[in-house]
Amino acid sequence: MDDQPDWALTPQRFPSEHPALPEGRSVDRSKLPILAAGFVQALREAGIEVPIGASILYVRALCAVNSVDRSERYWCGRTTLITNSDDFLTYHKVFGRYWVGAEFDETEQMTTTTTIAVDQEDDDGMENAGGDDDDEAEPDVTMRYSAVEVLRDKDFAEYTKQELAELGHLVSEMRVGGAVRPSRRLKRSHKRRGQPDLRRTVRRALANDGEPIDRSFRKQSEQARRVVLLVDISGSMEAYSRALLRFVHATVLARGRVEAFALGTRLTRLTREIATLDPDRALSNAANAVDDWSGGTRLGESLQVFNNEWAVRGMARGAVVVIMSDGWDRGEPELMAEQMARLERVAYRIVWSNPLKATDGYAPLARGMAAALPYLDEFVEGHSLRALEELAAAINRNAKETRPSRGFPTALA
Amino acid sequence: MTIAFPPGSVADVASGLAEHDYLADEALATAIFLAIELQRPLLLEGEAGVGKTEVAKTLARWSGGRLIRMQCYEGLDVGQAVYEWDYSRQLLHLRTLEAVGGLAANANAVEDELYSDKFLVRRPLLDAIAHDDEVAPVLLIDEVDRADDEFEAFLLEVLSEYAITVPEIGTFRAAKPPIVIITSNRTRDVHDALKRRALYHWVEHPGLEREVEIIRRRTDGVTDELAGQVARAVAQFRGLGLYKPPGVAESIDWAQALHRLEQSGLTVESANASLGTVLKYREDQQRVRAHGLDQVVETATDA
Repeated sequence: MDDQPDWALTPQRFPSEHPALPEGRSVDRSKLPILAAGFVQALREAGIEVPIGASILYVRALCAVNSVDRSERYWCGRTTLITNSDDFLTYHKVFGRYWVGAEFDETEQMTTTTTIAVDQEDDDGMENAGGDDDDEAEPDVTMRYSAVEVLRDKDFAEYTKQELAELGHLVSEMRVGGAVRPSRRLKRSHKRRGQPDLRRTVRRALANDGEPIDRSFRKQSEQARRVVLLVDISGSMEAYSRALLRFVHATVLARGRVEAFALGTRLTRLTREIATLDPDRALSNAANAVDDWSGGTRLGESLQVFNNEWAVRGMARGAVVVIMSDGWDRGEPELMAEQMARLERVAYRIVWSNPLKATDGYAPLARGMAAALPYLDEFVEGHSLRALEELAAAINRNAKETRPSRGFPTALA
Repeated sequence: MTIAFPPGSVADVASGLAEHDYLADEALATAIFLAIELQRPLLLEGEAGVGKTEVAKTLARWSGGRLIRMQCYEGLDVGQAVYEWDYSRQLLHLRTLEAVGGLAANANAVEDELYSDKFLVRRPLLDAIAHDDEVAPVLLIDEVDRADDEFEAFLLEVLSEYAITVPEIGTFRAAKPPIVIITSNRTRDVHDALKRRALYHWVEHPGLEREVEIIRRRTDGVTDELAGQVARAVAQFRGLGLYKPPGVAESIDWAQALHRLEQSGLTVESANASLGTVLKYREDQQRVRAHGLDQVVETATDA
């Protein structure tokens, strides 16, 4: 390991041929449980959720390995305390701090200090909205209704903070069901056709002196397709990304099998961060997870990472993929086209929602957008509440309803 | 010298597996040792082709226990994973009883008989729990991310107690809990609850030396020289940002293919002809050719 460790940046690439951990103070074995508890505490402070069961297991593991060797202690802890490879880097750092001392922490420069405007402002907005509700609950209903009508067509870019907070409620009422596909799971059928349900038939035969008169059947059930949402959080999308994240949050909560990612100069997975009931916490979680908020855009490269790490491996297979972006891309359009082609080969449908589409005289000329167009199944607006409703409808549609439109988006015509 | 099973230390695991031609690094060996010692399932994640499934197979060979493999897929249900009743035999049995007139007299007894061990078909999970084996079997739950949530929830129940309840008969409890290896390709997150019960390890591509050794052990007649060249070429492929960087499985296939083509060393012609065994995307092959296959071969054979 003479060169700069590149695994520092990508925890998933942590080398198994781990360099010998530096020597340090040795530990008295009888103190292990207490020290282990302290270590778990340090991990928790670093943001890793460690259940009590895991820390008990950790102490048992230390005893089982029966060694004060630091390297074994390292792997014991990672196997028992960490359940997600995304946490490897944090573990590595905390381990160094706790068991070895500061000199072990080779990755200090990784400390992220991301401050993003969104959480603060949104908090204020919510408080205001909440206060209004409490004061006059009754007349608010009608007020809100008319307000909704006004809000419906208003461009997100012109929203006030309060309206943005209000948007959360409205979006959460939207129904994103998603297209379905036949499932391999069978369910009981009330019609006398389909696959014979022998288990039930035998049961019921007992009631008829062993004569299988009542025959039961099973039929194929349906399963909602996975929906993968990719939100562009680059600078050019700043006016829209907050509103769109609320849509993402509502979708993640409304149904299972949703995955969310942020696209910027790099790809950030948001599924876990955003799956919190409280919309404001979800948004600030998401904001904290994203390092490149309102930065530049590298759509093509972000999509490449998405394809490599997630989509082609199985996440986007047969799924509805939704990209919410204005299509401004600083990278090469060829890369964008190549990655869209890859995505199209595995995805069930690709829907692109572009906030700029509603602008008068808009033509999809942004390089990234133009490169992506041939691979879209649907191209919809994304600037207002009404546009989001359309987007929800587009997600719900099955492919046959939009006709076999591979290669040319219907909404363009 | 053979290493006894169960192993006494992490080092024992590494050498025990090595005797059965699986080369594990310290991290993986620790995880396996703890899984055996603490009787916990081991969840292995990692790229396709890094040898996750092979861990279970090797453990079975080493311990002498049976390998019980359950391939997960969407729609997997209790009938395919745990147990099922032998319906046709049940129906036949009912008809026989009817013919001899034994049914009306004693309906309750008939029902008990119908749902007894005699008509029970054991599927992998039940097989792994309710066994009479001398040595605990190795249960491989392969690609758990392909199964749906309902199945995972069920698995949780089985793996926390090592017990399965068949309502009609009662509870089966494992006298010797199986060694459980769960693999996932991470197409979706496995539930936290399941992860909490399992030990977790991310399997990495092996380093160069280890890969050479793996190729040598896993192939017949491949020379040390060819194994080294293949490993070095594959290492270069992995650095090219391919769609699917080749795993160890591909390296082994490639080395074997080159050997069958009666090549003692890697050449541009033989690499070109057999590229399909190691790169499975047309784009990846194009990228490598654009980068210069001759250059890759030259670097690989140079050392």
